[in-house]
Amino acid sequence: MTSGDLFLQQLINGLNLGAMYSLLALGFTLVYGIMELINFSHFNVFMVGAFIALGVLKLMGMDGQTVILSGLPLIGVILVTFVVTMFATGMIGVGIERVLLRPLRAVTGPAAMILTIGVSYILFNIILIGVGGDTRNFANPLPSITWAFGGANLRLRDVLIWFIAIVLMLGLTYFVQYTKLGKGMRATAQDPEAARMMGVEVDSVVGLSFFIGSALAGASGLIFGLYYNYAKVDMGFSAGLRAFTAAVLGGIGNVPGAMLGGVLIGLIESSSSQLIGQAWADVIIFSILVIVLVFRPAGLLGRQAPNKS
Amino acid sequence: MPRKRLRRGATPMAKPDILLDFSGINTYYGDLHALKNVSYTIERGEIIALLGGNACGKSTTMKTIMGVVKPATGTLTFDGESILGLSPAQRVMRGIAPVLEARRLFPRMTVYENLEMGAYTRKKGADYDQDLERVYSLFPRVKERRNQISGTLSGGEQQMVAIGRALMARPRLLCMDEPSMGLSPLFVEMVFDIIKEINKQGTTIFMVEQNASMALSIAHRGYVLQTGVVVLEGDARDLEANPLIREAYLGEMKVDADAE
Repeated sequence: MTSGDLFLQQLINGLNLGAMYSLLALGFTLVYGIMELINFSHFNVFMVGAFIALGVLKLMGMDGQTVILSGLPLIGVILVTFVVTMFATGMIGVGIERVLLRPLRAVTGPAAMILTIGVSYILFNIILIGVGGDTRNFANPLPSITWAFGGANLRLRDVLIWFIAIVLMLGLTYFVQYTKLGKGMRATAQDPEAARMMGVEVDSVVGLSFFIGSALAGASGLIFGLYYNYAKVDMGFSAGLRAFTAAVLGGIGNVPGAMLGGVLIGLIESSSSQLIGQAWADVIIFSILVIVLVFRPAGLLGRQAPNKS
Repeated sequence: MPRKRLRRGATPMAKPDILLDFSGINTYYGDLHALKNVSYTIERGEIIALLGGNACGKSTTMKTIMGVVKPATGTLTFDGESILGLSPAQRVMRGIAPVLEARRLFPRMTVYENLEMGAYTRKKGADYDQDLERVYSLFPRVKERRNQISGTLSGGEQQMVAIGRALMARPRLLCMDEPSMGLSPLFVEMVFDIIKEINKQGTTIFMVEQNASMALSIAHRGYVLQTGVVVLEGDARDLEANPLIREAYLGEMKVDADAE
């Protein structure tokens, strides 16, 4: 491979990572936008999502890389796995909000954020006890179809991951932009008290933001499995931290910002692995976070000053 | 203090047609006693002005009516039924809509989306279209700007959108918190004309205002609130003539500089 081909290959890899980080970053940003809460349990909702997906695939007879499907059965299996995983993680998110966070709604200060750290550990230990701490081979029913793309290899898997991420992000954008509930969510994010006085039920908006964010984390966990072909109990930490960085980079609370930030972090990770070495990827990602926080604290697409008159 | 109850066009024998009865309300923020046994009655078709300086409890009154602040004691009935147990959304559905202090538009939504938010508790349909037309005919400028991001409008234009947004709820009672705040004199005139017009079309209006002379000039009755206590109430014409009011609110027209 020439260096140009390598660059192209890293672009493809970076877009896969970017799809994963974007979906995960959206959960941070949605909840932060509504409640100004950094939800650290999101890291491990993502991890639990990967294991739920593993379980769903197993139930359908997929184990390891032995079963390869094509055509309609493949589409069916992928669709069912995504829908079930997303619904399950969405409900986990709703449960966390309803049972644990809602009683703390009136409490000011960092109590709610610290609670989410605790929830994160609980989820971690549930999987540790229930499934174990070793690396699990992720079932992957995708045939290994590869196209030559310039000098790089474009696999069916890459295209599928992009397709799913784009569909989910377009769906979310449509929902937030054009539906009544989505407008209620935006209004609540911009002025919660005024939104309440227009008749927006804050509880349902908060619950909805947790459902959507956690469902996207589930999709992201499944994409992680399909991309890396494994799932492990500690996978949430580094992916979650990078996705959180992506949300801050794009401007936390800003939906297009999270999408952009995720793709940028994915591209930065893959190109720095290529140019400098894998070990330096995190150094570069978090250096960028520090630089952004110093020079543009509201993020790339965030508002630089409150827009009130 | 003798209470004056002379309503235009009502025979003295007629039972007052009370739309909102705010009675014996005490509201606290922690240790702060914000409303001290406060009562107002608002009759159908009236314009009521609530006057008072900063931090006197005017905004707390608004928030209590809208249901975002819960009073410790007292009763609050709308159209004869208690609404204290109702959520803000349910109160909007009953027909109470707010025009909030400092407009409080959703700054990154378009003008049209802000109007939509006013009708959040309603279904879209013929009624909705009719109300939208009503808002556009009251405020042609709002129609022109309907696709603009509302945070980019001037203060006066934002106030038009804020009033329009409240009208989209098709309210029977419009609660306005400082509708003239921060507006140029030209817009202040216009806003008060519009308030009068909306009232003529049948909407009862409860208006918190620092601009006492303008407020009393269009109001039927008024209340004066000082540090959480109603110190004066009565016919707007009498209040305008009251020496205390003349001194405190009309002689020295203080413009609220520390808004927000």
